[in-house]
Amino acid sequence: MNTNNFSVQIKDLDLAFGPVKVLRSLDLDINHGEFLVLLGSSGCGKSTLLNCIAGLLEPTDGQIFINGENVTWKEPSERGIGMVFQSYALYPQMTVEGNLTFGLRNARMPKAEIQKRVARAAEILQIEPLLQRKPGALSGGQRQRVASGRALVRDVDVFLFDEPLSNLDAKLRADLRVEIKRLHEQLQNTMIYVTHDQIEAMTLADRIAIMKGGNIMQLGTPHEIYNKPLNKYVADFIGSPSMNFLDGEFKGGAFVKGDVRLPMKGYEFQAAQTPDQAVTIGIRPEHVITGELVANAPVKMEAKVELIEPMGSDTLVWVRVAGEPFRIRVDGQTQLRNRETLTIGIDPARASLFARESEVRL
Amino acid sequence: MSDATQFTPRGPRPRRIFSAPNIFLYGTLTVVAAYYALPLYVMITTSLKTMDEVRAGNIFSLPTQWTIEPWIKAWATACTGINCDGLSRGFWNSVRILIPSVILSISIASVNGYALANWRYKGAEFFFAVLMIGAFIPYQVMLYPIVLVLRAVGDFFGFQLYGTLGGLVIVHTIFGMPILTLLFRNYFSSLPEELFKAARVDGAGFWRIFFQVMLPMSLPIFVVAMILQVTGIWNDFLFGVIYTKPDIYPMTVQLNNIVNSVQGTKEYNVNMAATLLTGLVPLVIYFASGKLFVRGVAAGAVKG
Repeated sequence: MNTNNFSVQIKDLDLAFGPVKVLRSLDLDINHGEFLVLLGSSGCGKSTLLNCIAGLLEPTDGQIFINGENVTWKEPSERGIGMVFQSYALYPQMTVEGNLTFGLRNARMPKAEIQKRVARAAEILQIEPLLQRKPGALSGGQRQRVASGRALVRDVDVFLFDEPLSNLDAKLRADLRVEIKRLHEQLQNTMIYVTHDQIEAMTLADRIAIMKGGNIMQLGTPHEIYNKPLNKYVADFIGSPSMNFLDGEFKGGAFVKGDVRLPMKGYEFQAAQTPDQAVTIGIRPEHVITGELVANAPVKMEAKVELIEPMGSDTLVWVRVAGEPFRIRVDGQTQLRNRETLTIGIDPARASLFARESEVRL
Repeated sequence: MSDATQFTPRGPRPRRIFSAPNIFLYGTLTVVAAYYALPLYVMITTSLKTMDEVRAGNIFSLPTQWTIEPWIKAWATACTGINCDGLSRGFWNSVRILIPSVILSISIASVNGYALANWRYKGAEFFFAVLMIGAFIPYQVMLYPIVLVLRAVGDFFGFQLYGTLGGLVIVHTIFGMPILTLLFRNYFSSLPEELFKAARVDGAGFWRIFFQVMLPMSLPIFVVAMILQVTGIWNDFLFGVIYTKPDIYPMTVQLNNIVNSVQGTKEYNVNMAATLLTGLVPLVIYFASGKLFVRGVAAGAVKG
């Protein structure tokens, strides 16, 4: 069998709760040492998939391999995984040390070995002074670290994270995000990370799997997902502020809507020949060219400023293109006034073109 | 303070203690409290009077001649049937019924509730539904069938169940099961599910999760179950009178026999003392566990 090349392999996985299908014949191969993020809005099946990998949910059909071994029928503790939960799920009546060693004691590991592993994990996560405390006496960030530690002492190849930062405030979340990335750099083991936060996904992932309705909509590096979304859903989901969409026609190599005409010069089509059809074009607000650079832009047009949202580092400007509202991101220092007319430039090479019906990238 | 601070609202709003609503509220509460406390007062004073004084009829007056005699008689020498060793016999019978019943019913119900809440095995819903139906069937319907079952089971295993303490303990355990299981199931369901999942990832099995993860977090619900069972079983009369024999009657049955004895004069002071003695255990439980209960809730409130 050719399964040894992957750390985690999911084959044809189905999961249904009664008549509700949560996962539909899902396939996913995850490489050794890869940081894979499962990203999607709530109810897309990402946590369900993670629970299946952990063995906490029984799939209706399909197989799961970890390190080449079929673990579909194995208990969670026998799968060689460690898991970090959203609520951390620390045992409240045990000390931090008790929490870290619970799994090892269950496995009847020799005391010396337990000591060694706890010491190592505590050192890596810098929680040595906290070992004798109860979880109730820890801050959110410290609890998160202990939860990671519980996975760490198990000395496993695969770490599963179920929205581990969702319970923290924004600043701490940013700090711990970096810590998790650092942990991955240090340990180099496979990590599967579930989140609904696209910033977390983009910053942490080697590859992102964007899920919707139990299917993977796109699996790719953050760069691919951001620049070449395979379908309109992914294009819309990734990026903040989100992409502008204009419905129009693809005619003779150009996007046409009303009096707006965008020749798709430099755009990498998926197929060699793209017939004329109804399409949707997607243009990211940050890819619209303004200021002095407009002179070099392949396509230029006039737009009237309707609304300005300053966000500090940059400013979001609402204009109207072909009669539709259109967002543009400009530098925060740009001085703009309402109802001012702006010359904007668009580079078709950075746009995304989708077939209107199927919403698939052209 | 200048006048300005009195008339310009600032800081906490002043509250008048003797406002009309307060007087009305506390007045009503005082009257109602007195109304409920009065019978207790009468019982206590009567139990400390001599029979002569009781016959004199001033039930609200304090005893002129305080005496502890009725209490001693109620405890040690009052007669029920052929036994003349007072309520002490019934007290110890009740204790011997109570302790195993409480321990057994809570142990089984807690495991039941845990299994129903966390291990959703096949048929769990059905089992739970059956248990709940059991909670709504009137006791009276089951009295005689249980007599037959206890006899049959006893005969099968070759020992006496009907008419013994053991049989009564089993009956109490069974009848406590629906409500206690519901109680524990709901409590365990309210504990974070991820804790259970984490324990499974940590390789803990059914019993280890129960004893090492769930139990340490469950003091409050155990205290609640204990209060429920202790008062329920101690106050039980029906099962006690049906499933036991005079020698091993629980305290409530014996109290009834003392108070309702038709021979001789009615010794009201002894009856009052006996009643108070019988009610003492649930009272102590309420007072003692109230504190424990609060502490238990506080301990369980630490979130993981």
